[in-house]
Amino acid sequence: MSADFVRQLSGSMGLKRERTLVGDVFHLDLPMVLNLILLCIFGLLILYSAVGRDPDPVLAQSLKICAGFFIMFSVAQIPPVFFMRLAPWFFFFSVVLLLITFFYGIEIKGSKRWLKIPGVISFQPSELMKLALPIMLARYLQDRHLPPKARYIFWAIVMISIPVMLIGSQPDLGTSVILISTGVFVLFVSGISWRLVFGSLAIGFALAPALWLLMREYQRQRILILLNPESDALGAGWNIIQSKTAIGSGGIFGKGLFQGTQSNLDFLPETKTDFVLAVLGEELGFSGVILLLILYSLLIWRGVILAVNAQDTFGRLVSVSIIFTFFVYVFVNIGMVSGVLPVVGVPLPFVSYGGTSVLTLFAGFGVMMSIQNHRRISL
Amino acid sequence: MEPLALKDHDKESRVFLARVLLAFSVAAFLMILLVVRLFYLQIIQHEVFSTLSDQNRIQVQPLPPMRGLIYDRHGELIADNSPSFHLAITPEAVVDLEELILKLNKMLNLSDREIERFRKQLARRNRAFESVPLRYKLSQKEIAKISVDLSSMPGVRVEARLVRNYPKGELMVHAIGSVRRINEKDAKSIDPIAYLGTDHVGKIGVEKYYEKDLLGEVGYQRVEIDARGRVMKILDYSLPLPGSNLHLHLDSGLQQVAFDALGNNRGAVVAIEPKTGGILAVVSKPGYDPNLFVTGIDHFSYSKLRDSESTPLFNRAIQGQYEPGSTIKPMLGLSALSAGVIDETYLVEDPGWYQLPGDERLYRDWNWKITGEGGHGKVTLDKAIYRSCNVFFYDVSVKLGIDNISRDLSLFGFGANTILDLPEAKKGLLPSRDWKKRVRGFPWYPGDTLNIGIGQGDMLVTPLQLATSVSLIANRGSWIAPRILRSGSDRIDVTKSKAPKNLDHIMSKHWVSVIKAMEKVVHRGGQGAGENGTAWASIGQYVNYRMAGKSGTAQVVGIAQDEEYNEEELDERLRKHAWFVGFAPLNEPTIAIAVIVENGGSGSEIAAPVAKAVIDFHIGKEARDSFQASGDEV
Repeated sequence: MSADFVRQLSGSMGLKRERTLVGDVFHLDLPMVLNLILLCIFGLLILYSAVGRDPDPVLAQSLKICAGFFIMFSVAQIPPVFFMRLAPWFFFFSVVLLLITFFYGIEIKGSKRWLKIPGVISFQPSELMKLALPIMLARYLQDRHLPPKARYIFWAIVMISIPVMLIGSQPDLGTSVILISTGVFVLFVSGISWRLVFGSLAIGFALAPALWLLMREYQRQRILILLNPESDALGAGWNIIQSKTAIGSGGIFGKGLFQGTQSNLDFLPETKTDFVLAVLGEELGFSGVILLLILYSLLIWRGVILAVNAQDTFGRLVSVSIIFTFFVYVFVNIGMVSGVLPVVGVPLPFVSYGGTSVLTLFAGFGVMMSIQNHRRISL
Repeated sequence: MEPLALKDHDKESRVFLARVLLAFSVAAFLMILLVVRLFYLQIIQHEVFSTLSDQNRIQVQPLPPMRGLIYDRHGELIADNSPSFHLAITPEAVVDLEELILKLNKMLNLSDREIERFRKQLARRNRAFESVPLRYKLSQKEIAKISVDLSSMPGVRVEARLVRNYPKGELMVHAIGSVRRINEKDAKSIDPIAYLGTDHVGKIGVEKYYEKDLLGEVGYQRVEIDARGRVMKILDYSLPLPGSNLHLHLDSGLQQVAFDALGNNRGAVVAIEPKTGGILAVVSKPGYDPNLFVTGIDHFSYSKLRDSESTPLFNRAIQGQYEPGSTIKPMLGLSALSAGVIDETYLVEDPGWYQLPGDERLYRDWNWKITGEGGHGKVTLDKAIYRSCNVFFYDVSVKLGIDNISRDLSLFGFGANTILDLPEAKKGLLPSRDWKKRVRGFPWYPGDTLNIGIGQGDMLVTPLQLATSVSLIANRGSWIAPRILRSGSDRIDVTKSKAPKNLDHIMSKHWVSVIKAMEKVVHRGGQGAGENGTAWASIGQYVNYRMAGKSGTAQVVGIAQDEEYNEEELDERLRKHAWFVGFAPLNEPTIAIAVIVENGGSGSEIAAPVAKAVIDFHIGKEARDSFQASGDEV
């Protein structure tokens, strides 16, 4: 496939060539913004049902989404060159915050993920890293010859490993998975040789048993439970059984909005956070889930278009890794809720209740729009 | 320093583009996999998960019916239902189950069996948030103790449900039986649907025989529950049908009198209303409190009851099988008269002993003395009954022969269970030539006939059987099968009665003679030693109405021929059982009774006063009732 094809494709998708208000003055991407608005409305509706039609959390989430849009707008105004220059400092800052969390973090439900500045804010530094790592990798690789040489790959892997180890020790399996896949993905699109790709795949398979031994007991348990949830139906298998039951009992058109028995009668766990998709699957059925998947796919598609149209390597790598991260979110969450992936605690973007991840996601899309709409003087 | 090379931007973008397209093709493929997965869950497996979801939220809860109440003949409650409290644990709400059990153990002193049962039920549980009972039947004190700490023990609940209650406790236990907790063995034989929500089943007596009537019909409600098992709404329901109330012939007042009259003796009293066959009283002492068994008795108390030498669990009144002793004599007299082998004037000379022709063995009379001064002299049937002469009946039994005896005694209900609603009553043993050959493998000897003639040897009867046969005499041969139930069920089927046909072959004058003789047992007095009725001294002289009776003693051990029986020297357990049977008032009998006092010794001295107390109360009560009735009419 050639670049021309994609250019034609993007042209036919209506990628603007003329000066427009939205694009050149506000530096926003209209299709993406519209898509995000639709997603957020749909997401809030599902959340409203998931919290038992309690307006308070929905209002709170709406405020966070508004804040997200504001952040996205603000970030989009910053020229990409700033991200490039600031990338090492941003990355360093995030690592420092992770270190502070490692020592002084607040432990909730057995994991140390939160940092709290009393009276001001409490947040998860690992969320910042979801943005900092791809920008850092893009910055590091953009002025090397691509495909990168072995030692650059080595240093890139070091950059990935530091936050992954810090976050993995919190422990936060979900974020670790996202960081690893994003990092590996950046290396892959930067053009590392196929030998290396297949070689590391082979090594990965060979090391899988060792990984099993390295896993903590509860993590192993999660995988075993995935294979046979009925082995502990009232305990560890409960979440996955109830989630599958909710989704499956929804059928084609679902039990009706707000009519889900699994969620309203509390059989379903974590309805407003990680398992919110099960509420959608139960109440609006297969058609509801497909609608959500279409919205996600359009957003990702738009993200890919923006990425391939970016004008330089840095912009391309940053954009494509941000949109890939978004895909990983969607895939891992739906995969775990529908019982094909182990439960690792990844929210469903723009639907799950929660602040930090929404803000990071919006910031990420802001970065993509900035890259798209700030023209650099062509060399 | 590596050579400075110009970046090949075109090549870079090409590689980048190819990689991105490849990566997102894989991503698209993964998305399609998710869609396939969702399609599988939501469309192909929809039915399965729909069912699972309904099973989650919809619970069919049985609504146990209320067990029918049981009343005595005067409408007094003898079995009802009362709330019982038990302690249940919802494991999901408990922080540390082991610690909680330890804590409750300290408060309630749980037995190992209770804890083991709890764990078993916990493992069998198939629904989250379902509570598991740990201790049944909390006392008021225990409830108070737990209530104080209830708030600090999440997951612990005190639940109430209706269980059988026997307000009269030990008094009625052998008369109406009791329910017991359904055990694993019962669970196999009962209809599981009918017993949903019911923990108990009638195990003994009336409670068992009328189980189907008392149980009622189970109702149900379909409810929607949440994950914590809380009922959110009732979807539909059908109400349970309460069990039928039973009204019995039993008179708990009479029961109490009999119970008290037996005192601390082991023994039994059965009283029947001859006209209806209604059982007025069934007392067996010692008894036990059936309420202990309703919610499960603890092991220690149970083994104490089970292993007690006085066998309180044993229902002597209907299952105790004893030699009838002399109480059998009126029936034998009737048999001899009707067979024509003797008449009222037939005389036997009683020297104190009897000898079969060609046999050296002496069959002694009860007043035989080694000095040879004993014996009753010239004896007719009349005297043979009121003085209880053995020699006369030795003679008569030889004349009758075993075949006539066993046939005629069977007509009085011996050797069969004739009560209509107590299948567990024993049949006793009515020996016959055939029986001996079959069971013992020996031919019938003439000496065996002599033993039967005075109600000894192999013959065994229950107090219920004796009371029934006396009631038959009171009815002059009209059989009305005994029964406990007065109304409330159609489970009694008289056509299936094992009662023999009416004794029409016995002539009226023969009934009169024998009943007269039985009257003399009680009322013939002031004639000097050796001439009064056997029960005159002990009760007859105090009775202000007319009654018929017969005393008897049943041997516990065989006494050798030339040994003199010395009551004081015998171990209490080896002493004879004391019998007394009778009915009253003489002309229009309203009560027939049989009393046995185990190892009581003399029937007329020990058993007769018990019978008198019961009959006194019954007749006095009737008099009071009829007085009251006529008073009302005025």
